Amino acid sequence: MVASTWFGLGAALIIGLSLFQVIINPEPLRKVLAFNLLGSAVFVLFGVLARRGGGRIDGVAFADPVPQALIITGLVVAFAATVLAVALVLRLLQAECATQDHDTECRIDD
Amino acid sequence: MTELAVFGGKQLVVLALIMPLLGALLAFTIGGRTARWIALLTALVELVVVVSLAWIVVDQQIVVEYQLGGWEPPLGVRLRADGATVLVLLTATVVMTATMISAHADWQPLPDQHETRAGLVFWTLLPALWAAFNTVLLSQDLFNLFVALEILTFCAVPLVCLNGKAETFAAALRYLLFALLGSVLYLLGAGLIYGLWGTLDIGLLALEISKLNRYPPALSLALGLMTAGLMAKTAIVPLHLWLPPAHAGAPAPVSAILSAVVVKAAFVVLLRLWFELMPGSADTMVAQTQGVLGGLAIVLGGVLALRQSRLKPMIAYSTIAQMGYLFLVFPLAGAASAWGAGLLHLCSHALAKAALFLAAGQIITHFGDDRIDHLAGLGHVMPLTLLAFGVAGFSLMGLPPTGGFVAKWWLLQAAIETGHWGWAVPILFGGLLTAGYVFRVLAVALRPAATPALAASTVPHTANAMILLLALSSLLLGLAALGTGLPPQ
Amino acid sequence: MTLTLFADLGLLIILLGLAIITAFARPAFVAVAAYMAYGLVMALAWVRLAAVDVALTEAAIGSGLTGMLLLGAVAWNQRQTEAHPRRRQIRLQVPATHPLLIIVVAAVCAGVSAVLAWVVVTLPEPPTLQVEQVRLALPATGLGNPVTGVLLAFRAIDTLLESVVLVFALVGVWSLADDAAWGGRPRSLRLVQHSHALTLLGQLLPPFGVLMGLYLFWAGADAPGGAFQGGTLLAAMWVLALSAGLAKVPAVSNRQLRLLISIGSLLFLAIGLAGWAGGVGFLGYPAGWSKALILIIEATLTLSIAVTLGMLVAGRPHRALPR
Repeated sequence: MVASTWFGLGAALIIGLSLFQVIINPEPLRKVLAFNLLGSAVFVLFGVLARRGGGRIDGVAFADPVPQALIITGLVVAFAATVLAVALVLRLLQAECATQDHDTECRIDD
Repeated sequence: MTELAVFGGKQLVVLALIMPLLGALLAFTIGGRTARWIALLTALVELVVVVSLAWIVVDQQIVVEYQLGGWEPPLGVRLRADGATVLVLLTATVVMTATMISAHADWQPLPDQHETRAGLVFWTLLPALWAAFNTVLLSQDLFNLFVALEILTFCAVPLVCLNGKAETFAAALRYLLFALLGSVLYLLGAGLIYGLWGTLDIGLLALEISKLNRYPPALSLALGLMTAGLMAKTAIVPLHLWLPPAHAGAPAPVSAILSAVVVKAAFVVLLRLWFELMPGSADTMVAQTQGVLGGLAIVLGGVLALRQSRLKPMIAYSTIAQMGYLFLVFPLAGAASAWGAGLLHLCSHALAKAALFLAAGQIITHFGDDRIDHLAGLGHVMPLTLLAFGVAGFSLMGLPPTGGFVAKWWLLQAAIETGHWGWAVPILFGGLLTAGYVFRVLAVALRPAATPALAASTVPHTANAMILLLALSSLLLGLAALGTGLPPQ
Repeated sequence: MTLTLFADLGLLIILLGLAIITAFARPAFVAVAAYMAYGLVMALAWVRLAAVDVALTEAAIGSGLTGMLLLGAVAWNQRQTEAHPRRRQIRLQVPATHPLLIIVVAAVCAGVSAVLAWVVVTLPEPPTLQVEQVRLALPATGLGNPVTGVLLAFRAIDTLLESVVLVFALVGVWSLADDAAWGGRPRSLRLVQHSHALTLLGQLLPPFGVLMGLYLFWAGADAPGGAFQGGTLLAAMWVLALSAGLAKVPAVSNRQLRLLISIGSLLFLAIGLAGWAGGVGFLGYPAGWSKALILIIEATLTLSIAVTLGMLVAGRPHRALPR
């Protein structure tokens, strides 16, 4: 087996365990973290496909550029999703905190 | 009118996509009091663009295609508009424009304010969401569809908690997490498909798949993952939990857009996958499962809608039931009328549901109460709003001659034609449940109030006009469909 | 050959270990730290998969910015828990809390892994992937880096949408502000009140970082690098300067700020439309002009991305501007 296939197998494993965390973990921040792991493993699978489609020119390995471009786009989209999710979690924590303690200490910048 | 001098179909397809995008970016950049006017102007221009495009496609009976940047697939990305696409495009345009006009007076800055938070967010994200939805309809590329679906989510989620109430943050977060899970499964599937054929263009893939004698396991896995992901986004039972709090908790104009337009996007992609990539899969396990889940959604959504004590949650649960009808299209795909029925139901539900949510919003604002048991006297103080609510409700339950009636009739025809009579049960039972919750509201609202009911304020004429327009469009859609005779093939 | 395979397997084992820690470690801090390390090792793995452009983006966005964001959130949550020990933690509804149901979910996830693994091993030889097509079409764009060719020419629509994703995500983050704080500045990014070391770092590092970021954007046309990688590095430098207290986070009502955020997408759209007027179609480039136009788009995108990412990390507006 070539190295990229091994990476593909690793990605398959990480997809399974992060999917489990995404479904099962009730802590919002941990869920977001698991999503990032899941997304990253999906991209690796893409990358393995890209490597398979590539080859070697003048001794330098190259990969199919299309999946690479898709992964770069995907990474940026995933970052946008993470930012939004984290902002929502923080806002939710703050709202919860205010309703539970009836005080104004639950500020984000203390 | 057949050939516009400057703008042919090709140009209109591109404009349909970029006009709302440009509007959203400009509304954000300029902001202040101008943002609202930019968004409204965008809506009007987009209305003209989409109506012209629909006219060209329907009148000349053509399919418009456009290769972005001139790069042919598989290298480039292609836009494509056929009759079905422009029908959905037109419906979404009517819903968006009517909603924006009816909400034009909301979230106004105070005289000493430059801009409000909710105002800027609403008038920026609404056109942005629109651009994303149009991209979902027009794009032929599986990855481009992923990006568009993500933008749709990122625009819809903040709108859910626009009012800043604590409970809506939880609803928005849950919505986001469901949508993200859906996206990541979809992306995984799309990646596997690229690995098989080195292209993401739906047209080219359909060609490759049609050459196969038996499907490779990777394709089955990819389609399974994509279907599961898209089903989470369409809130089909048992993945429906996120929808009611999000759709009921959002401000009414946002609820209208979410229930009428946003949930339909993932369904449109699902239709593409199963009707274009994998035609003739009506009798497969997947299609049967989709049908069973659809049937469950019809019953569960209907029963839960009946049990709600407030108007907006009731309408939100009704969305779950009505999305269920759409999923019956998959097991009935063998019949010629199934595709048309699904399309018609999608559009008539969009129009009716937008009218219902906007009417509910006006009732909350101007009647001051949305508890269903407290609606007595509503017919007296807000007759036009209630009339629109009633007409939309009739379309939802499928009374002739509304769009909802024709769609359900065609679905029944498909059930008979394919010999799968069993599917008629949820269709008919769901109609009864819908009639139950719609009449429950109407019965209370038409009753005179014990003490003469007073409206806190009068509904603006423009809002009433827009709600009536949406409700009547849903009715007219049925008449138009009946006029064409047989369902389209 | 066997030696590199050996190295790859080592890399893979480290990745798996870090992934398991990220997913299952009890303290959230450990999990986030493991994820940041995972991102860095993953960048190495991307190099091994011959995807240097991805490696740069993964290191910058996947590990760096995401890690910073999550670390900040976890730290805030921790401080709150310490300050309010009786506070109930937020728990999301999960479908399965019963051990038996958890086993079912685990079985389904393991099934997904197993099927995916089987598919990876049994995938047929790569068919007509697009390597050849891209190579044939690349000279028309005047670019040397095929990835940039795909991003800015062949699939320009994806990149256009990707740049607007960041703008709309920022609107989404801002939308979570209190009404009273609207128009104001996000919270200060200053980590500590008076840290000479950080101030010094904040003064010393940015010039080099900015140079590096500009280089990445410039090199992106022909070598690995590009707008997103360069933009991220610039953003990181800006955030560093903000954390050191060397600059203030701008207020969200600032017109220039908004223009900086959207100018990349707007210019991309404008050049796309110009291509249309020039007869090469929307998002097309006239022959001979493509490299110049792509460089202009990338330069503006780099700037917009840097500002937008920085503002995304800074978060929602927090204090109203004084009237």
